[in-house]
This record gives sequence, structure tokens and C-alpha cells, in this order.
Amino acid sequence: MWILRINMTDRTSKWEAVPERFRTLYGRALTSKIVAEEVPPLCHALGPNNKLVFSAGIVTSTPAPTSARISVGCKSPLTGGIKEANAGTSWGPDLASMRIRALIVEGLPQDTDKFWGTFIHWDKDAQKPVVEFFDASEYTGKDVYESYPMIYQRFEGRISIASIGNAGEYGYGNSGIVFNDQAKRPSRYAGRGGVGAVMASKRLKFIVLNEKGSPGVEIVDKALFDEGRKKMIDAIRTHPISKPKGGLNTYGTAVLVNILNEAGGLPTRNFSAGRFDGAPKTAGEAIFETNKERTGKEVYNHACSPGCIIQCSNTLFNPDKSERASCIEYESTWALGANLGVDDLDDIATMVHLCNAYGLDTIETGVTLGVAMEGGVIPFGDSKGAIQLIHEMGKGTPTGKMLGGGAEVAGKLLGVRRVPTVKGQAMPAYEPRAVKGIGITYATTTMGADHTAGYTICPEILGVSGKQDPLSPEGKAALSRAFQATTAFIDSSGHCLFIAFPILDIASGFEGFIQECNGVLGTNWSADDVVAYGAEVLKVERAFNEAAGIKAEADRLPEFMHLEPLPPHNQVFDVPDEALDSVFKEM
Amino acid sequence: MQVYVRLFATLRRFVPEAKIGVTLSLELPEGARVRDVMAHYRLPEDEVKLAYVNGIYQEPDFVLHDQDEIGLFPPVGGG
Repeated sequence: MWILRINMTDRTSKWEAVPERFRTLYGRALTSKIVAEEVPPLCHALGPNNKLVFSAGIVTSTPAPTSARISVGCKSPLTGGIKEANAGTSWGPDLASMRIRALIVEGLPQDTDKFWGTFIHWDKDAQKPVVEFFDASEYTGKDVYESYPMIYQRFEGRISIASIGNAGEYGYGNSGIVFNDQAKRPSRYAGRGGVGAVMASKRLKFIVLNEKGSPGVEIVDKALFDEGRKKMIDAIRTHPISKPKGGLNTYGTAVLVNILNEAGGLPTRNFSAGRFDGAPKTAGEAIFETNKERTGKEVYNHACSPGCIIQCSNTLFNPDKSERASCIEYESTWALGANLGVDDLDDIATMVHLCNAYGLDTIETGVTLGVAMEGGVIPFGDSKGAIQLIHEMGKGTPTGKMLGGGAEVAGKLLGVRRVPTVKGQAMPAYEPRAVKGIGITYATTTMGADHTAGYTICPEILGVSGKQDPLSPEGKAALSRAFQATTAFIDSSGHCLFIAFPILDIASGFEGFIQECNGVLGTNWSADDVVAYGAEVLKVERAFNEAAGIKAEADRLPEFMHLEPLPPHNQVFDVPDEALDSVFKEM
Repeated sequence: MQVYVRLFATLRRFVPEAKIGVTLSLELPEGARVRDVMAHYRLPEDEVKLAYVNGIYQEPDFVLHDQDEIGLFPPVGGG
């Protein structure tokens, strides 16, 4: 296995052996470790000293189910702290199959007029990957739905593509890195924290992979791995959330809209209420029914990446049966729906598609537009106006460029006090005043407001892993800490976070998950060991943030959430600061 | 007493009139519980994972009151 360094200052590449201290580090654990070791915490995120690191997970590219995740790490231009964003795509397994443990993009060219692409493919004779560069300037300024087909045409065979859209090229804090899905759509995003702008700052437009002929991932103990894999498959296939034609496969992640709305925790009109009358029209059930009406059949969801047996990615079809958008996630239909007072599903789908095309993060975009509506740029509920503003972001008009800075920047520009961000990153689709544990995660995670970092929604709302009162702050710091540590390990394993639903409820599934990892690595980890592994990842990230000037005082929610009671429960965020501080102090 | 019921996701297939966004009105005797709502619509108990009454999670034996709003869900997840 190798660490591959691509230096964009002079477009050279270098192969290094994987150091012993990285032996068990993969995915998020490795991207965060390399960023912590090699990136000066006080550097400018878009400057020559930042690095962009890609690493697939422990079991990625093995036959482990639902495990094709790729982690992307760097210093974030949005938060100023460390960032790990991940996506499900064939690109992750293809990188791992060529035995590239980490790909580090560093430096940046003097000549900023040009953009470049790199093509990494397996050389059968040398038994090693090779790196080539190509001038990608002709593809710049195009949205990714235009540029992807050109790249598929340019390279022969089955390739996987990582790229950036217009948002990255403009250097927006709101810009992701996009990977291909199984149908060659440029739709699988490592979306959060401005990772797209970091890639663009290095003038790198594409990383194209062709793993044909590569040896694949080595599995030290095949029997143990197979035993674990079988338990994981059984757990995923029997749990009602993840099984075929279960909640996720039928309705997608947007099945959550109605339950958060019932629970009074669906942020509405820029976090001014916890319920939205139009919510059911924007939910997974509505997407399913609309497709049934338009296509004349029940449409179940598809896999975003190879080997996924949950298959939660949806598509909304037009009345003429053409595709309108794929995929409409819960976070996206909320950010561009309830959060804007919009209940027109077709307009929401248009906005999702435009975000994908321009390279924008749907959460940051929706929250930014909510702040813009609060600031009087357009009224709440004006979906056509919102579509126009997304076009402005994609086209780089002066207004669009200002909105591209993200929700916190928009709040400052527009004099808005109600700005739902932590560490500069927009909050996702769960109201902290109605679901206290997720508020603790938003406040304390190293990532800036991020639900995936410690998804306490499982016990607080969904009844997965027990049931806890979402309105009570009691015991929630410990809950968030446990979820954050476990998640940091899942993010390093290469599995999709959605395996948490079955393995939190089905003990043999959790056991199988650890056996898979032990089987690949030849380790002898227990459940306690993997939580300790996750906690260590968090400590590395935390230390980077502290050195970057982001200390415990930044682990707070915005003041308005302490002052304004949120209907319908009329609660404020009442978790004491000491409880927030205890998340890391007692880790 | 009168209560209001919303059914979501796969539970709607047991009740044809439970269309998207439609709230059903239901007359129940005083002292009725969440479980009685499930029985009225012939929802298999093992299909109903979560009941929210006026926005608060409640167990199946929770005693309802006049004008209560009830949302019933099968197991759901996402994120």
C-alpha cells in the first residue's frame, strides 16, 4: 500500500510507503491524522499550505455490504477548523483497490489561469498505479452535468470521477467535491465545509480513476471477515428501516420529514418554528406517490455506490417520465423546503439539481437562503426567487458570490440576528430546541454544526437504540459523546453511517461489523476498542481546532436559541455550558 | 371524545383514506388509549413503532384526551 502525494505546484507525484503508525488508520481517522500532522493550523484554507486528503475506509473495496465511502479531509475554509466530509461512490473502492491508502493533494501552481486534471490508473507491468496530468481548462466554468459526460467520453473503460463545480472554482465556503453515482450522475457529494474550494485552490478540477487490473484489498483473516460480513448482511436485511422495501429503500431519507414535523423539531422558515404545514408535500411519501402517479409504477430506490444493499437513493421523475432530480435527501428537501417555507416538491427538486450541478452543498445553500429571506432579499415561500438566487450563486454574480460565502457570511451582510450556524457551518434539519441531544452534537463536534457527527436522533426521535425524551437535556452530553466516538469509527471503517440503524438494534450486526474490520486488518478489537479508536480520532481533530484558535468557547449554539422559545413546544435550548464542555472533558 | 389521527409511511396502506397530509377524525370513548386507535384502524401492533401525541412520544397504553392529535409511524430512519 502507498501514500500518494500529488504536488500541484509543479504537477509531480510521489509514492511513499505507509508508515507503521498509520497501520490501522483509514478513512476519517487517516485524513484527520494527516491534516493534523501536515497542515499548519493557522494557514489560509485556500493557500499553498493547506492539503486535501482522500482515504477510503477499512473495509472499502471488500465485499462488505454498504461500505463504499470515501473520506475527504482538509482545513475548512468555512469553519477554519479541521474537516472530514464523506460520500458513497465507486471512486472510494477504486482508490482502495489500487492500494492507495491516502491521496494527498498539496501545493498550488503559480499560474492560476489553468485548471488541471489527473488520471490515476493501474499499470499491469509495473504492478503499480501511474499518475498522469491533463489540461482541464476547457472544462472550467461548466456545471458538472455538462463536464462529466465529456470526461466519460475522454477516458476509456470504467472510470470513477472526483470533481468540483462552479462553486468550488469561485472559492465559495459553500462548495463540495462531487463523485459519480452508479449511473454516472455527478451527484454524490462530500458536500460540507467548502472542500470543493480547497480542491479548486490547487487548480485541480478532476481526479479520474481506472482501477482495471488492480489487485484489490488484502484481507488478513478471510474466515473471520466472512463471518462478520454475513452477520452484517443479515442485520441490514432484517431491520425494518434498512431491509429491502423497508423505510429507506421505499421512501429514502426524506421519510424523516413527517416524523420530525410531528415531533415539533422540523426547523421552519429559518428556524423560527418547529412545524411546517406544507411538510407532508415535501416528504419521502410524497416523492414515492408522485413517482407512482407519473410513471405508473412503484419506484423503489437505488444504490449510490457498489455493494450497497440498503439502496436509499431516490429520483424524482417529471410528468413525461424524465428525471427531474436525483437524489432528494431529507436534509435537502428540508433545507430548500420547510426551511424556506416552500412546499412545492418540483421546485425543491429543481433546487437540489441546481445545487448538484453548480457544486453547492444543499444544507449550506438552504440555510443561507433562509437567512437571505429573513434579511428581506426575497420573501419566505418564494421558491422561484430561491431558484433564481441559486442560479446567481452558480453564475457568480455579485449577489451570488456573497451568498456563496455561506449562512454566517450572509447573516453578517444582511444584518440578520437569527443565523443558525456553529463554527460558521449551517445547521442541518433537526431543531436543537426540540431535540436537545442533537444540539449538543452541533455545538461540540469538531466539524461545525453537523448531524452525522453524533446522530442522537436515533434514540431521541426514532426509537432506535432505546427511546429518550428529546425535550430533556438529562444525560444527553454522555449520549452525544458516545455517538460521536462511535461515528468517528464508522466514518473510518468505510461503512455508510446508515448501518447504525440495524447494528444499534441487532447485537449480532454490531459484532459482525467489528469482525469484518478485524478480518481485514488482523486486529483483535472489541466493542470498547472501536469506541476508543473513535475517541482518539476526535481528540486529534480537537487538538487541530484548538491550535487553529477554535476552543471550547466555540462549542456553543447561537444566542437566539437560548432567547426565543420555539413553537409548538415553546422550549429554548437549555443545556448548561458545563454539560457542553463535559463532552470532550470526559472523553 | 374526538381525536385526530395521521398515519405515515407504510402504515397508510392499511387505511385507504389516509392520504398524504390528510388528518382523520375519530370518535372514541372516554379513557381510550393509543392502542385503541391502532385497533380501530386494524394496524398490526408490530408494524407501529412510534406514536406521537401532540408532538410528544407516548407508549401504546397512554390515555388520550379530547382533541388530541396522534401521529403513528412504522420504523423510520434516514439523515
